[in-house]
Amino acid sequence: MFSYLLRRILFFVPIVAGVMLLTFALFFMVQSPKAMAHRVLGPKATPKAVELWLHNRGYDKPLLINRIPEQPWYDSLFISQMRRLATFDLGSSDVTGRPLAEVFRQGALPSLLLTVPAFLAGLVMSVGLALYLVFIRNAAADFIASLLCVALMSVPVMVYVIFGQYLVAQVFNYFPAFGFQLNGWSTAKFLLLPIALMIVSGLGADVRLFRALFLEELGQDYIRTARAKGVSSAVVLMGHVFKNGLINLITLVVASLPFLIMGSLLLENFFGIPGLGNVLFTAIQLPDFAVVQASVFLGSLLYLGGLLLTDVCYAWADPRIRLH
Amino acid sequence: MLSVRSLSIDFGAGAARVHAVKDISFSIGAGETLALVGESGSGKSVTGLALTRLLQEPPAVYSGGEILFEDRDVLKMSPAELRRLRGGKIAYVFQEPSTSLNPVFTVRSQIAEALSLHRPEVSDVDAEVARCLDLVGIVDPSKRMHDYPHQLSGGMQQRVMIAMALACHPQLLVADEPTTALDVTVQAQILDQMRLIKQQIKMAMLLITHNFGIIGGIADRVAVMFRGSIVEHGSTAEVLHNPQHPYTKALIGCIPQLGQRRRRLTTIDYSTLG
Repeated sequence: MFSYLLRRILFFVPIVAGVMLLTFALFFMVQSPKAMAHRVLGPKATPKAVELWLHNRGYDKPLLINRIPEQPWYDSLFISQMRRLATFDLGSSDVTGRPLAEVFRQGALPSLLLTVPAFLAGLVMSVGLALYLVFIRNAAADFIASLLCVALMSVPVMVYVIFGQYLVAQVFNYFPAFGFQLNGWSTAKFLLLPIALMIVSGLGADVRLFRALFLEELGQDYIRTARAKGVSSAVVLMGHVFKNGLINLITLVVASLPFLIMGSLLLENFFGIPGLGNVLFTAIQLPDFAVVQASVFLGSLLYLGGLLLTDVCYAWADPRIRLH
Repeated sequence: MLSVRSLSIDFGAGAARVHAVKDISFSIGAGETLALVGESGSGKSVTGLALTRLLQEPPAVYSGGEILFEDRDVLKMSPAELRRLRGGKIAYVFQEPSTSLNPVFTVRSQIAEALSLHRPEVSDVDAEVARCLDLVGIVDPSKRMHDYPHQLSGGMQQRVMIAMALACHPQLLVADEPTTALDVTVQAQILDQMRLIKQQIKMAMLLITHNFGIIGGIADRVAVMFRGSIVEHGSTAEVLHNPQHPYTKALIGCIPQLGQRRRRLTTIDYSTLG
């Protein structure tokens, strides 16, 4: 187990390096560092100011490999940035100069306050509903629920956001339609609507998926064995079907955990929640390469961590799987 | 003890309705073994599952007849009564042991589940599980019971299935193709084991099989099923040595004999069977 984890974590290094190289190439293929400086400093910036801006942030170095005679080959923009990231030093924003570790720490809390409750409540609701639909399978209610799920899936998220903001916030005036203030329990009034929208927009697809997953388990031979032993339908469902369905559920669920901290790009923007999704969105627009790079770095690490966690959970849920 | 009278089972509804079992009757006395023999699709497994109403309804429809177990009609029992019947009085062993055992539970917990349902008075569950496994010839049962099904061989998995079925002292064991998925040597071991157990505990058995070759030493009587009906019914020796129905004759003719010098295997010519 330990050697397996170590091996997997060692593999993170080349994968993250590859992701960083791709991000770097894509970003600077679109615009040179100079063009970026011009966009940040505005059209009236003097050549001197641009040069100073570039020098202060290291953008005056060769991009990938330093070919200037008498200088070490590794003194390039990409390699020096990678050496910095390797020590988990995220650097500071190209635009505001704020240390990014602080920016991300501040953004993570609003993001998590939005995504974690939505994720947990959504998961409990969709798994519960799916199990119930499997329990009453083939009944009229099951059919109607399936139709409703398809309807829920078919509506774009934007429609939920616009109607949610209009109906709940404008017409009934239950919650503020926009804004965020971190202030104890009263923070909830800013979050309840986006959380509800996040649950509703994902519910249809999840219920249908989990229902199909549990139904497939129900047709297995060992379910017939359990029924032949005299096990009741409810226990068959909660014990035998659920435990086996859990194995498939884990793949879907655990791999999505890292994305919780990255926040919801769309909802954070529409509701003015200063989370990490918002940070990344603004950084791409500005552009602020330091923020984009640090986000991708953390994001890929989180994603890889999530995949590793999935495999560990697999081994925990399914006795047939051993990690070595 | 068990008496099936004019039982008919259909699948589906309307034009797609299929008559899987047509007006069959048979009975099994206490301690007796009846072999239900027939080819794939003849309705023998459906009959076996119907005895405790295990068929999924719909699509299955019990369209006629009755299943009397200890003078009570199974088809009129409540869900709670059916649960007491299943596993407690009528237990099952299925064809494919590798998929019939739940992969995520240990052997112990699967047998313990049956015990907790029908014999809650058992206090030392571990000892009782070990005793059941020992009965079916599993060596070192107190260690093996903590294994998961995938850690056992096919033959051992089937022994576990049998142990699980016997754990609650059923009056009738329905063995649905219990040796079909196993290779020939293991097949013989499992059949010997079942014969042995039958001598030790007084239990009736319904042995469902397509293979006339295995029923000789184990069944008292034979019922031959063909296209949903019982076409021949009699004592094992009688049916094996003096088959009446052309289908039974053809089926027995298909058993390969040791030392036989034939180049082609016998097949059944359905055009002559009506």
